[in-house]
Amino acid sequence: MSRTVRLCLILGLVCVAAVAAAVLLGETSFDGAQYAQAFGDPTSGPWEVFWQVRAPRAVCALIVGACLGLAGAVMQGLLRNPLADPGVLGVSATAALGAALAIVLGGAGVAGLVEMSALAGAVVAGGLLIVAAGLMRAPEALILFGVALSSFAGAATALIFNLSPSPIAQAEVMSWLLGSVQNRSWVDVAWVAPALVVAAVFAGLSAGGLRMLTLGDETAAASGLSMGRLRVFALIAAAVATGAAVAVAGVIGFVGLAAPHLVRAAARGDAGRILAPSALAGGLMLVVADLAARLTPTDQELKLGVFTALIGAPLFALIAWRAAREWRL
Amino acid sequence: MIAPLTMWDADASLGGRKVLDGADVQVEYGQLVALVGPNGAGKSCLIKAFVGLLELDGGVARLNGDDVRTLSPRERARRVAYLPQERHIAWNLPAVEVAALGAPFLSGAEALARAHAALAEVGIDHLADRGVAEMSGGERARVLLARALATDAPLLLADEPIAGLDPDAQRLVLERLRARADSGAGVLVSLHDLTLAAAVADRIVVLDQGQVVAHAPPMEALEPDVLRRVFGLDGRWIEGPDGPLLAARRVQ
Repeated sequence: MSRTVRLCLILGLVCVAAVAAAVLLGETSFDGAQYAQAFGDPTSGPWEVFWQVRAPRAVCALIVGACLGLAGAVMQGLLRNPLADPGVLGVSATAALGAALAIVLGGAGVAGLVEMSALAGAVVAGGLLIVAAGLMRAPEALILFGVALSSFAGAATALIFNLSPSPIAQAEVMSWLLGSVQNRSWVDVAWVAPALVVAAVFAGLSAGGLRMLTLGDETAAASGLSMGRLRVFALIAAAVATGAAVAVAGVIGFVGLAAPHLVRAAARGDAGRILAPSALAGGLMLVVADLAARLTPTDQELKLGVFTALIGAPLFALIAWRAAREWRL
Repeated sequence: MIAPLTMWDADASLGGRKVLDGADVQVEYGQLVALVGPNGAGKSCLIKAFVGLLELDGGVARLNGDDVRTLSPRERARRVAYLPQERHIAWNLPAVEVAALGAPFLSGAEALARAHAALAEVGIDHLADRGVAEMSGGERARVLLARALATDAPLLLADEPIAGLDPDAQRLVLERLRARADSGAGVLVSLHDLTLAAAVADRIVVLDQGQVVAHAPPMEALEPDVLRRVFGLDGRWIEGPDGPLLAARRVQ
């Protein structure tokens, strides 16, 4: 069994355990009889809490986290930069802009409109990045383009706040921007899961190119691989994964940046083989973070995006400090 | 019969500056040709034109008779291996995995076997499992040479492969390239050390401001007049224990 398969199996098992814990644990505590009802009586309250509230929320967190972890690994491989994440190229910000626009225009009441609008924002960003990648081969140029795109989308979102006539809509946008998987249903899961599959297929197709890019653009260009096509596949994977994650859960930072670093040493630095483990690590991180946010005794539930950043940033600084010597030569 | 690696009347420019100006180069199988010239002479550009990394404004670069622009990336890579000057490796891969990148179209096991053979060829198969971040600059240069050798392409282009290496590593790298040529490959390598170039090459191409000013066996190509005009050196060749040595000083 290869090292990567073994790593994925271990991470997969831990993910299953984390989702099980997220279904079994929560603010409401149950006794033995209620646990029995939760597993045996579909008309009971406990069954409702377990399978219609906690389970879709946990699975949603798993898939959103996997999308972010996958997008982060693709971005870091594509840009050969350990600091890259789904936000760096402006995909998250553009998706957020799409959602904010839909909310302010009254789309929150129409099922799926905000999500579709966020995804459309991500697709637009992805399209612009694909065009930019065709014109500029250096990763630094693509990063600068992405930073400009991100700043523009951020400014446009701020403008929407600025001009929004309704404080309620403003609050909705703000709440959404903070990121959460609260009250997500199986419908949301059905929505985001196919996007993860599509992103995973494109990421898989680009894996060889990402691995070759380890040696730089020139070596990759002369390697015989069709690097132009593989770059486009990588950008599609990152845009679809990020767009779907933002569409369902809002903006959740840090996971896409940190997940690849958690598994990089175990995957021996291979930018192609790190993709699946990064997705699993991202999913695991978000399930655990969401469970922790739910179990933290506060009057108002902590927003997942806030929680991941608060806990994750210091942890990431520690990881970065230990791993820094391995990143670049 | 056209040489397998041929450039004819090539013109190219970068940022408005002419980097190749009517350059003609030929490399035969079994031959090691050294490309020398001052900084900015166009050596790297000439090599890049052969692998499609630099678009020619005029003239043509051919691999086995075919214009490189007409070849698919895969076909081009099958015909020619390229070892760039850049030695940056983004992630801490084990040496054998880096060398295996030379054979991206082989199955995993075949690519690894090819990589181990290439690492053995450059004398570091015992470091196969070590991460490249834990290696010295010389060891890393050998790993990257092994990647180029692992391609098994019949033509090999190396852009300043010994820059920044200690004397022992320089000689080892050049020995390996010489051995590849002796086993039938065509090798074009850009160098700054004229003594080493004269010792290892069958022919030397002297490039100055994008123009080929000499394309001949070493002593003929690097005659005193060329040394003076192109390199600003007042020099002559003396007989050393392992071949000719360049004794030179700057032209006052």
